[in-house]
Amino acid sequence: MKNNNSITLLQIEDIHKEFDDLEILKGVSLSLHKGEVLVVLGPSGCGKSTLLRCINGLEKIQSGDIKFKDKSLTHKNTDWQEVREKIGMVFQNYDLFPHMTVIENILLGPLKVQKRDKTEAMTQAEELLNRVGLLDRKDSYPRQLSGGQKQRIAIVRALCMNPEIILFDEVTASLDPEVVREVLDVILGLAKQGMTMVIVTHEMGFAHSVADRIVFMDEGKICETADPDTFFTSPTTERAQHFLNIFQY
Amino acid sequence: MNVDWNFIINSLPLYKEAIWITLQLAFWGILLSIAIGLVCSVILYFKVKGLESIVRVYIEVSRNTPLLIQIFFLYFGFPKLGLTMSASTCAIIGLSFLGGSYMSEAFRSGIESVSKSQIESGLSIGLSNVQLARYVVIPQAFSVSVPSLGANCIFLLKETSILGAISILDVMNVTKDLIGMYYKTFESLVMLVVVYIILLLPLSILLTWLEKRVRYAEFGN
Amino acid sequence: MQNLGINAIFEGRNFQRLFEGLVITIEIAFISIIIASLLGIAIGLSRTTKSKPLLIINRVYLEFFRIIPTLVWLFIFYFGVTTALNVDLSGEVVAIIVFSLWGAAEMGDIVRGALQSLPKHQLESGKALGLSHFQLYRYVLIPQAIRRTLPGTINLATRMIKTTSLVVLIGVIDVVKIGQQIIETSRFEFPSASFWVYGFIFILYFIICYPLSQISKKLELKWNS
Repeated sequence: MKNNNSITLLQIEDIHKEFDDLEILKGVSLSLHKGEVLVVLGPSGCGKSTLLRCINGLEKIQSGDIKFKDKSLTHKNTDWQEVREKIGMVFQNYDLFPHMTVIENILLGPLKVQKRDKTEAMTQAEELLNRVGLLDRKDSYPRQLSGGQKQRIAIVRALCMNPEIILFDEVTASLDPEVVREVLDVILGLAKQGMTMVIVTHEMGFAHSVADRIVFMDEGKICETADPDTFFTSPTTERAQHFLNIFQY
Repeated sequence: MNVDWNFIINSLPLYKEAIWITLQLAFWGILLSIAIGLVCSVILYFKVKGLESIVRVYIEVSRNTPLLIQIFFLYFGFPKLGLTMSASTCAIIGLSFLGGSYMSEAFRSGIESVSKSQIESGLSIGLSNVQLARYVVIPQAFSVSVPSLGANCIFLLKETSILGAISILDVMNVTKDLIGMYYKTFESLVMLVVVYIILLLPLSILLTWLEKRVRYAEFGN
Repeated sequence: MQNLGINAIFEGRNFQRLFEGLVITIEIAFISIIIASLLGIAIGLSRTTKSKPLLIINRVYLEFFRIIPTLVWLFIFYFGVTTALNVDLSGEVVAIIVFSLWGAAEMGDIVRGALQSLPKHQLESGKALGLSHFQLYRYVLIPQAIRRTLPGTINLATRMIKTTSLVVLIGVIDVVKIGQQIIETSRFEFPSASFWVYGFIFILYFIICYPLSQISKKLELKWNS
């Protein structure tokens, strides 16, 4: 959809990551352009979540480089707080703060981290809540919401920081099947508006419709990269074929 | 059984005096314990180099030795090193020394109850460590710590019963003196028990109520 | 060097006497723990009855021992009960009685907690497999109940050992009392004896209690995962 927008937001160069002597990422490189939606697929343990967590600094890499807008993030002095304002993340278990209401959850970042004006932030928050259809729940507590609602709030919370990239880590994996759709629709909406995203998911149909590019990982390496049509109909590598077969009955 | 009510009434002022002393010592002991506990739990959480091992040793030593010996050591032993402290000072130091490690455990269990994913969630909206502590960790840790903190306060108040051993005029000593001087064993012991019930029962009920309140706020039921 | 206080500990029979005192301390704790455990198991099992009055008595008993400090109980029995019943009980016997009652109350609570925390579905799957009532208890419930009570029991034992230090205040010649005697008699020769003697007793208690608390922790870790 938007490959002629040539601003490279993220450049990942040959990164290696290990946990307790076990190498999880064995040399991963990729680049992400503005407005692009990347979907990362692969079997469990291939390192896709780890890759995401390295991008916003929740995990440290042992070698290689990650560049955000041409500035390296692997310096000792990288201010990850600043980076995380620009690179947001939504988790599988939503992790809303249970002791705060929905609106408090959403406004915490904008008000305390970005020190924005309260009225301005509130307006944006309400507008975003309205877009996902949850404006009437703004004073509820997370425990009063369903899984699908919580996940949509988590997305709004990330959006309210005005990030340039959003990372989605298997955000529908913990949800009941009926509510998966309402969350995926929100993400599809974001894609249409041109938000740059990296999505890790198991929802193949969704991956096909939302992605500009599919990145297939296996055993810590990128195995194959292709546009969605090519990938799902005629994958070139054997491992990709094997993986896709799992989802056919 | 003849209860000498006159005796009881006449002894009330003595007991009042003693209760006041006990409460004061307990108050300072508890306050300092909480302060020490907070500092220790922060040190343990952030794994401050050097201090972390000192804190761990402190906790093990204070939890595995009796308070009586601790204050005997302070009151009778330290003067030989040239450091003489009043009985009250020894009492407060002893209570805080012991209480500090108990409070630190209470804080620690609260802090650790906040899951790693909550922390990551806070990090990913750009919160600094201080902001994380203030907005995410402490509010949630608090409700988990409250029962233990309360139980520790009750525990420390009970431990004040041994302070009489270093000549503090607390209710135990008053009772002992009354029994020794007037042989009114029954009346004195009854008053002693009543004093402790008055001191501790309200506190215990308050604690249960507080626990329920806090749990409601957290979980809404 | 001659008058260094620490030598007070090693002078004459002092060291042996200290250890004899320690033996008394441990004896009191040990006997009390055994009695408390037996009583406690009985109490804990009885907590599962439906009889309201029994439950209330149990509850009051536990709360009484929780609210009133142990030293007060020692006083009550040492001064009060002896006067009331006109018997002459030694400090040791009073200590054992009080500690056993206190320990039984706590053990009862620990046992009750352990029994209540056993997952019900284990009972059901056991029954589904055709196990008899007795077999259920023997192979499923009791081993698990023991696991759940052991850390609490060891913790109680540790607390009891620390509390035995109080018996010196009702005249028992335990390690603390002997320490005080040594300090008294060494007043001239070793004026700084009090520091070293109390310090030594301090370390003795630590040596006994620390391993116990470590065992309790390890057991808890091992069985909680």
